[in-house]
Amino acid sequence: MKSNSALSKLAIHALIILFIIFLLFPLLWVLASSLKSTQEIYSGSPTIFPQQISFDHYLSVINGQLIFRSMWNSVVVGVISTILVILIAVPSAYAMVRYKSIVNNGILGWILVSQIFPVILIMIPLYMVLRNIGLTDSLTGLTLIYVVWSLPFVLWMMHGYVKSIPFELEEAAVLDGATRSQVIFKVLMPLLLPAIGASALFSFISAWNEFFFALVLLKSPELGTLQVELARYTGMEGQARTGPLAAASIIATIPSMLLFIFMRKWLTTGLVSGALKG
Amino acid sequence: MKLFKAKKQILYSKKELGQIQLLFPVIVLVTVFSLLPLLRGIYLGFTDYRLGDPISFNGIENYIQLFNDEYFWNSFKIGMIWTIVVTALQVGLGLVLALLLNNKIRFASIYTVLILLPWATPPIIRGILWRQMYDPNTGVVNILLTDAGIISAPINWLSSFEYVIPAVIVAGVWGEISKAAIFLLAGLQTISNDLYEASKIDGAKLWDQFRHITIPSLKPVLAAIISLTFMWNFNTFGIIWVLTQGGPGGLTRLPMLAAYEEGFRYGYIGYAAAIGNVMVIILSLVLFMYIRVQLRERKES
Repeated sequence: MKSNSALSKLAIHALIILFIIFLLFPLLWVLASSLKSTQEIYSGSPTIFPQQISFDHYLSVINGQLIFRSMWNSVVVGVISTILVILIAVPSAYAMVRYKSIVNNGILGWILVSQIFPVILIMIPLYMVLRNIGLTDSLTGLTLIYVVWSLPFVLWMMHGYVKSIPFELEEAAVLDGATRSQVIFKVLMPLLLPAIGASALFSFISAWNEFFFALVLLKSPELGTLQVELARYTGMEGQARTGPLAAASIIATIPSMLLFIFMRKWLTTGLVSGALKG
Repeated sequence: MKLFKAKKQILYSKKELGQIQLLFPVIVLVTVFSLLPLLRGIYLGFTDYRLGDPISFNGIENYIQLFNDEYFWNSFKIGMIWTIVVTALQVGLGLVLALLLNNKIRFASIYTVLILLPWATPPIIRGILWRQMYDPNTGVVNILLTDAGIISAPINWLSSFEYVIPAVIVAGVWGEISKAAIFLLAGLQTISNDLYEASKIDGAKLWDQFRHITIPSLKPVLAAIISLTFMWNFNTFGIIWVLTQGGPGGLTRLPMLAAYEEGFRYGYIGYAAAIGNVMVIILSLVLFMYIRVQLRERKES
């Protein structure tokens, strides 16, 4: 399907640009709203570009306690759950690749099968467990859920990466007299660092974007994560809120946008090679 | 291979111990927080459990009740409409976009970055974006359609019985096209160029190449994308929660919203788990069909 004539090239560019207009328009519209004054948003016939750029909505979001606190909650839950997931997944993936046993197939099989269960079936029993130990309506409980939630996929990713490191490298290091910890920190870690980075970013963004678990678990207003707080805020929209909500949405989207742009090479490799191997 | 194993034994003599130590956290976590909860969740679907009450097994009573529950049927009906339409549009438009991007053109990497952005937008924010787009007083959708003379008065899209379903479907598809396009593009790039060159020499037209080379080579990836997106879309929650909360009149109450309301708003935990179990059956069918396609492919090749 490779065509070369100048005319068809032009048509291809035109069609792609049409797609991009559709895909970017909502983001640009809300970005524009976030930069308009409230009077302009409600002027009756607002224009697509702001007539006068104002950062008032961003200032009110940054000064407003609610969004700032919920953003902090999201950062704390995201960072701690990511650190825990990586600390658990890296040695486990290593063990699964280097020591073959029946446990491996069990774990990998379960990771796949568990994907077809809707989150409601996981959430109900987890909620009951957390209730018994007093961790509902708590960020600790939510962190625990996020660890459990992103662990399978991160383990799956890390398993693939560790597998691609030849065992001969470790053997050579051992023959040269390296100790076990030297093998891990001097040989393996540098090679695994990009994979660990990718997994950590994935895990952080899963937590940052997650809504359902947080909605069920967190009831106190001061504990809400960013997504929960934004959803709450949307429910009580009034005249004054459109602009600040637009500004908050833009701020909340920036971390995952940066991640996606940064990680775009990694986004597909796992899925496509998995599908091709069947 | 034997030599390899022997070496390994020498290197790590306490092999078994090391393995259990390293795997211990995963085994414990996966068992305690994934395997056991899921089994318990499935079991709860056969009980009349309400938060705080003792749990008692009630067989298939929940499912008899579900069968006679009009709200449940409506929820599954809209769930299937949503899932099938969004999946079809997402994969169809994603394929078109991927085919366009697969040509050797300038700016390809800039295009790819721009296309990623909706995918990078969190589901809740997607809901907020489209809520503001659809707003009857200030939304751009009404402004553009009024200016173009297509509608004479602003429409309240998200509370109109007539327009709410197409409105949420457009919002849902918007956020998901990128994902399908990027995955399919990666699939297209694995197809060898020689196939196209050879067919060109044989005088094949663009459409013939598409039918006889692109689609057959893309089939495993396509099957994976369709089944995955089907599962993801069937489980949609966040974006609809923000757009309509399931309204108006339950018209956009997807199965996950129904399960959430039954379980965590009204406290009928057992009944919510039963809805979850019915969802598992539908998703298992999708997974089963996917595995069948993959096995048939493997036999052929």
